[in-house]
Parts: sequence; structure tokens; C-alpha cells
Amino acid sequence: MARLSARDLTLQYEQRRVIEGLRTEIPEGKVTMIVGANGCGKSTLLRGLSRLLRPAAGAVTLDGKDIHSRPAKELARTLGLLPQQPTAPDGITVRDLVGRGRYPHQAFFRNWSHGDSSPHDLAVRNALDATATTELADRIVDELSGGQRQRVWIAMALAQETEVLLLDEPTTYLDLAHQVEVLDLVTDLNRRRGTTVAIVLHDLNLAARYADHVIAMKDGAVVAEGTGIDVITEELVRTVFGLESRVVPDPVSGTPLIVPIGRHHYPAPQATETTKPALEIAS
Amino acid sequence: MTSTTAASSGKRERTVTAPNGTETGPQLYVRAEVRARKGKQPAWLLAAVVVLAIACGASLAVGARAIPLETVWDALAHFDPADGNHAVVHARIPRTVLGLLAGGALGLAGAAMQGVARNPLADPGIMGVNAGAALAVVGGIYLFGITGLTGYIWFAFLGAAVAATVVYLLASTGRDGATPVKLALAGAALNAGLYSLMNVVLVSSQDTLDRFRFWQVGSVAGRDWSVILPGLPFLAAGALLVLCSGRVLNTLALGDDLARGLGQRVGLSRGIVALGVVLLCGSATALAGPIAFLGLVIPHAVRFFTGPDYRWILPFSLALAPALLLGADVVGRVALPPGEVPAGIMTAIIGAPVFVWLVRRGKGASL
Repeated sequence: MARLSARDLTLQYEQRRVIEGLRTEIPEGKVTMIVGANGCGKSTLLRGLSRLLRPAAGAVTLDGKDIHSRPAKELARTLGLLPQQPTAPDGITVRDLVGRGRYPHQAFFRNWSHGDSSPHDLAVRNALDATATTELADRIVDELSGGQRQRVWIAMALAQETEVLLLDEPTTYLDLAHQVEVLDLVTDLNRRRGTTVAIVLHDLNLAARYADHVIAMKDGAVVAEGTGIDVITEELVRTVFGLESRVVPDPVSGTPLIVPIGRHHYPAPQATETTKPALEIAS
Repeated sequence: MTSTTAASSGKRERTVTAPNGTETGPQLYVRAEVRARKGKQPAWLLAAVVVLAIACGASLAVGARAIPLETVWDALAHFDPADGNHAVVHARIPRTVLGLLAGGALGLAGAAMQGVARNPLADPGIMGVNAGAALAVVGGIYLFGITGLTGYIWFAFLGAAVAATVVYLLASTGRDGATPVKLALAGAALNAGLYSLMNVVLVSSQDTLDRFRFWQVGSVAGRDWSVILPGLPFLAAGALLVLCSGRVLNTLALGDDLARGLGQRVGLSRGIVALGVVLLCGSATALAGPIAFLGLVIPHAVRFFTGPDYRWILPFSLALAPALLLGADVVGRVALPPGEVPAGIMTAIIGAPVFVWLVRRGKGASL
């Protein structure tokens, strides 16, 4: 069952068509990773799914209804989005930034929420709690480390309390430890709240490890979708990235692990093969 | 870490914590600021209103003929037409009210524009809105022989609205829509163009120049109730629109994509706030001439007390901008006796160094 789906979706910027007649579904209650080479249209697809880009043809539907036909705020209570590299207003505290995620739940002319026990404050506290940022609440966002800052942005998206959450490359510019931290956090969110998550991710290995469902794209089209084990193969890596590789089971999780082959490194021969020529020379 | 790097906005790879975990200077400094403002905004706002009241008192008391404050109070509470001092105070009331209105309007408009354009340099002066209003007024004087200040207001609105629309349309071309940078560039370009056009009209008509000159430098003197009253409904409508937009501006400050993701109709919100800005700038410019710097400096300065929350920035700007304008007017009255320096020039003289200081301090040039 899919809550969010693209039907014959065509997306373009000005006259440049990026995606044409694309059909896909984001399965409910799962973590979906959208992968592909640079410029394959995966971020554009996410922009289309999150109604940042109006389709030139086709439609994106949430629970069967076109997302562009629904009131913006109502939609924002169901469908959340964390764009790539959002910018925080200078000097804002963590608590205030997370609180801004409450926007779709507040009326236009209602500027203030009342009391610590209001649903808004509760949502903010829960979001801080879930992302382990409660201790950072009174700090300035600019002075946090990259990983902390990304946790805060995710907290803001959590405060929005949506059932579907779309993330555009949430691990860009983070070191490996922070990448894992962010993806763990998103997985927690999915497992605990049942949030449907779709993530555009560059790192295939991490995508394979954290995905329940993988959508692989090339030249604005979906070339494969399904579980990580089914989708991520040496053949797919060759098709999508034009890269020779070995795909082996991840020793930690058993998910596919891509080991790239460049021009300077060749598959290490088996032990028996290396010893043979040496023996021949010796004889 | 120097304070300048700590202040530059939007750098993702910036950490202020030293490797051993101790905090460096700028960080402690920023935190002190957060502590200073946390939960204390209502008290600071009250202080701002007191400052404004003092400025009003000074505006009534100070001038070529200084009046003691008790007499000012008497003149307001029990006006005696026979008392010469009372008459002087009463003559200064329209001027003070005008300063309050124009100052408040420009402060609010400046804060709102910075939010709409997501640009710390957005200011009715820089974005071409005041230039549009001024050019329209000059056009009105030159082409239609408009003389009364009451006539100016309609031309000022028209000019402000057209300029704001043109800036927005120019900035909207291209894939990303009206980005802050494109808005600033379009505004600056239009601003220069409009002022050149205005100068073309002015150099070709001595008569227009004479009538325009006094109005143009920005002055709150010599304008009476007949000028102020027609502007009131527009000012009130503009102020209401802008004051209610605090949360909308807070969300816009996160960037267009995120604002849309939060369910904001970005174009519509910008349009509503921009309408408020046009109403405020048009009326303020018609009433007092183009007054520079107020809309730029005040919203920057108040961020020290409010942080980046527009729900506070707007009322603080509303209170403190007229305080600065009235203060500038008062100083202008006594600075070069027996003449007066118009308030528009005084705000620039006071505002420019303050702005430089704010930028140097680092916290000012950001949103």
C-alpha cells in the first residue's frame, strides 16, 4: 500500500525536461531510499513528490488525492520535507528553530501559543527528546557541529508531526559517524512512529543498509525498485553509475556492499591464483 | 575563531568549540546575548516604549524656544490659548505625531522587507520603493502641477507599488524565482534608474525642483493635520497587515523550499506583506519625504533584544524607529541655530555610524 505515488509524472525546469512519464510509489510505513548518479533527477523527483515543483504533466497523489489540489497547510500536516542544506536564521536558538516546525498546525493570525502544556510545546519537547537535542535547546544553531545541526533540522521536521517525511540528502557534508547517526535517527523515527520516510541518498552502501525499499534512477527514469538485495547488484551499479564493482554481503548487516573497481585497482586474485605463477617461475 | 567568521551567516562547517572542548570567546559572547534576551522581550519592549515616550516629550519641549516639561504636561492636560508656551507646544504636536507615524511606518516596513526579501540590506530606500514613490511625486508635480501634500500621497502609493512590483517581477525571472540576491540586485538597479529619471525631471524644471526640494530631504516640520489625517487609514491598514505577519516572516526566513514544506503559500505571503510595506512606505514617504536609513538601521539594532523572531522584531521596530526619528528631529532643531537640519538628514547622520558599528560588531549584517 502506498500513500504517496507518482503517476505519469513529468517534471521540468523552464524548458529543460528532467523527468518524463515517471511512475513510482513510496510504500507506507517503510524507509525508501532514492539512489542514482549525479543529475539523474532523483532530487527533482523528491521536489516533485514534496510539491516544491508543479508537474508539467501527470500527478503526485497522497492517499489518492492530487497533492496540488489540497490546501497547503493541511498537506503540510501530513507530508513533511527537509530540503538539502537548509539555512537557519542567524542567532536562532535550537528551541525556536524546532518550534518553527509547528507552523502548519497554527492559524494564520495566531502569533503565539499559550502555556508550556499546549500541544505545540509538547510536540517541540518530544521532537527535541527524540533527536537527543534537549540539552542543546538554548544554544545557537550556528555554533553547533554539522551532525548536531542536522539532528536539530530533523527535530524541526519531527515537530511538524507528519506521517510522511521526505529528506533530500540529509547526510551531505557530514562525516561518516554523523551520517550513520542521522540515518539511525531516521530509522528510529520510522520504527517507533511508523513514519513513512523517503530519502535521496548519495551513498549506495548506506542506502542499501538502511533501506526497506530502494528506487534506482537513471536519466530521469526509474530503472529498478524493490528491496536492497534485489535492486543493488553489480549489473545495476554498471547501468546506473557506469562503474564496475563487486557487490558482496555487508559483514555487519548482510545487505549489499558495493566495492568499486577503478582504473588503478583490479580485483584481487584468489590466493591459489597468485601462488601458481610464482611456482611456475620457480620451476 | 574571530568574531567576523563567527558572524558570517550560513556556513555549515563552522564550529566554535575548540578541540579540547572549551568554549572560545565568540561563543560565550553569543550565549550571553541569548541569556540577555531569553524571556525578557516584554520587559525590553516596555523599555522601548518608555524611550519613545521620552522622545515624544523631547520633541514637544525642545526647539528654538525651550519649554520646561511641566509646562508641556500642562499644555497637554489643560490647554490655555492665552499662554504663549502652550501655543508653542501645541504647534509642535502635529510635527511630533508625524514623526511617530512616519518613523513607525518606516521601521515596520524595513523589518518586513528584510523578512520578505530574506536580505539584511533590504530597506525601502535600497529596494527602490521610496525612489518609486519619490519619482511618482515629482512626476505629479511636474506633469499635473500637484501642490498639496494631500495629492502627493496617491502618487507616492502608485510609485511605491509600481516600484515594488517591478523589482519583484525582475527578480522573479529565471529558474529559482525571486531569490534574496536577485531582489537586492533588481532593487539597487531600479533605485539608481528611478533617481536618475527623477533628476532628469528636476534639472529640466526649476519650478518642480523648488517645490520638490523641501519635501525630498525628508522633514517632519511644517506639515499639519490636513496632511496627516488622509494618511492615517493607509498607515493603519499597512501596520495591521505587517504586524500580523510575524510568524509568516519567521517561516519565510527558513528559505522558500522549507517554507513551502511547512505549508506556506510563499508567493501569496510575500504579496500580502509587500502590500503592507507599500502602504506603509507610500504613506510615510508622502508625509515626510524619503527618509533614509531608518528602515535599515532599526530592524538591525532591535535584533540584539529580540533575536531573529519577527514576532518581536516588528513591534520593537515600531517603537524604536519613531524614537530615532523624533530624536533626530530634536537634534536637528538645535544643531545649527538659527536654522534646522531636516530629520531625514539627521537620521542618516546618526544612522550611518550606528549601522557601520552594527556591521563591524558582526551581529548586524545577518538575518
